[in-house]
Amino acid sequence: MQITVRFLDTFRRAADSDIYFSFRSSRLVMLAASVTAVYFLAAIFAPLIAPQNPFDLASLQLLDAFTPPVWMEGGDWRFPLGADDQGRDVLSTIMYGSRISLAVGFLAVLLAMLIGIAAGLVSGYFGGTVDAVIMRIADVQLSFPAILIALLIDGVTRGVVPKEEHDKIAFFVLILAIGLSLWVQYARTVRGSVMVEKNKEYVQAARVIGIPPALILVRHVLPNVMGPVLVISTINLAIAIITEATLSFLGVGAPPTTPSLGTLIRVGNNFIFSGEWWICIFPGFVLATLVLAVNLLGDWLRDALNPKLR
Amino acid sequence: MIAFILRRLAQAVLVMLTVAFIAFAMFNFVGDPINNMVGQDTSLQDREALRQSLGLNDPLVLRFGRFVANAAQGEFGVSFRLAEPVSRLILNALPATMELAIVAALLAVIFGVVLGVYTGLYPNRWLSRFFLTISLIGVSLPTFLIGILLILVFAVLLGLLPSFGRGEVVRIGWWSTGFLTWSGIKALILPSITLGLFQMTLIMRLVRSEMLEVMRADYIKFARARGLTNRAINFGHALKNTLVPVITITGLQLGAIIAFAIITETVFQWPGMGLLFIQSVQFADIPVMATYLILVAVIFVVINLVVDLLYFAVDPRLRIDGGRSGH
Repeated sequence: MQITVRFLDTFRRAADSDIYFSFRSSRLVMLAASVTAVYFLAAIFAPLIAPQNPFDLASLQLLDAFTPPVWMEGGDWRFPLGADDQGRDVLSTIMYGSRISLAVGFLAVLLAMLIGIAAGLVSGYFGGTVDAVIMRIADVQLSFPAILIALLIDGVTRGVVPKEEHDKIAFFVLILAIGLSLWVQYARTVRGSVMVEKNKEYVQAARVIGIPPALILVRHVLPNVMGPVLVISTINLAIAIITEATLSFLGVGAPPTTPSLGTLIRVGNNFIFSGEWWICIFPGFVLATLVLAVNLLGDWLRDALNPKLR
Repeated sequence: MIAFILRRLAQAVLVMLTVAFIAFAMFNFVGDPINNMVGQDTSLQDREALRQSLGLNDPLVLRFGRFVANAAQGEFGVSFRLAEPVSRLILNALPATMELAIVAALLAVIFGVVLGVYTGLYPNRWLSRFFLTISLIGVSLPTFLIGILLILVFAVLLGLLPSFGRGEVVRIGWWSTGFLTWSGIKALILPSITLGLFQMTLIMRLVRSEMLEVMRADYIKFARARGLTNRAINFGHALKNTLVPVITITGLQLGAIIAFAIITETVFQWPGMGLLFIQSVQFADIPVMATYLILVAVIFVVINLVVDLLYFAVDPRLRIDGGRSGH
């Protein structure tokens, strides 16, 4: 009983908050949130709800290859969005593909966040030489686009690791490459906030009573600089998904055995000229709407969390 | 001002040295250069002799110095994949990328500024809303998807424009240009739109928000009170004051255009540096990758320097405090 009351209380407080109000007051944001939620759920529960397991070779029939979507002539209800060159259901490959895309996106952003926050905290709190070195590295990296850095990291691992091995670790290489290309923004933002926060009384008080710097940073400073980090992460998630799709499209990302949305588009691109447009266009549509929805959410979150704009 | 330029130059040299070192490290630690040069039946002694004669046993600093000296003279080694000097490969691919990038940048700047001014001056017209919606889609669509859609519509369905390659090119010295033939120009249309669209939306949104801000300023009201024509106010007073951030972003985006050319060139099989680079990544062709990296770094550093210097030309306020603030 007590728990239900407390739960209801929390719920009511969330429903009363400014953020929820600004969420409810924009139809576009609600639409974006619903689209994102649908894609996320479809990706997470793909093994349960997908009409077909596209990676179970026994269930595939080459005779089904190039079946058009149901509303076109020759369509088949087993393949609502058509079938690809190997007779796989396009809808199912999209569900499984967005699993890879989202997983890489989330983990890459998480990696970038961890590196960036650590670098930003240390750089902002201690200053001096450490700060100078970290910020110079950030400057150099910032003068190159993220996609180039990711390509380069990917290319170097290809030189070090033999080809067969590389396909197995491709997933982790992608996360590493994209994560390392996105950390700078976090580092700069956190550093800026830390330099403001570290002179405030609560940090001085913590220092006076003898709490070690590492603990001060994590327990006291970090929670106060998390707002901007959250906003950057939403927008970075969109960037990470696009970067992953681009790398896969260029043929240096997820291998064809475990395709992401980008790989699917790359494969479908081969059949555009012969008229089988659905193999390429449907994954492309999902990718574009997913990124658009996440971008809209990020924009809204930035405005909603920014007190200056209220 | 001189101190500012010197500091920027020092930073540029630092960036170049860092990039050169990364490229050098890629050459030396990713795979064994000797293994790439000789066959399997070369004896250990011969390998050692070759190693000695190539100076691979020298101290690291000496080797790095030699690498930089060679790079400065345009010597970048031989491609593992194509067995041709890297400098020649790059030189052959350079004109294609440059022409594509320049046309894309021009498209982006012209349309971006014009549409930005329009949407900034008349934020409530339905045409402005239409352009803004389009720009939101332009930001969210990945470059390669835009390219595929353009190919689908204009090459496959309508059959109007070619979908790959440069068309016929004319050679002027070592530079091959597609500007002089009709097929070359037609081949340029889709790739340059693909490449420029993202930058165009970026510039448009920037100009729009700057215009919105500037139009509220007092000196615009004063200009109206003086009875100046709309044209003089909009272009002489308002647009001029929005140009500083626009120049910065445009300059930096020029570098991004060259990087994103990798994607566009892959979609359209455009025989430029980006396509060369992506094929090198797939085959782990280190000399080409390293050279591309150095070349792109040079382009970026030069662009950054030029942008910094342009500030002084455009904004007199910066000359007073020597550009110390905000840098």
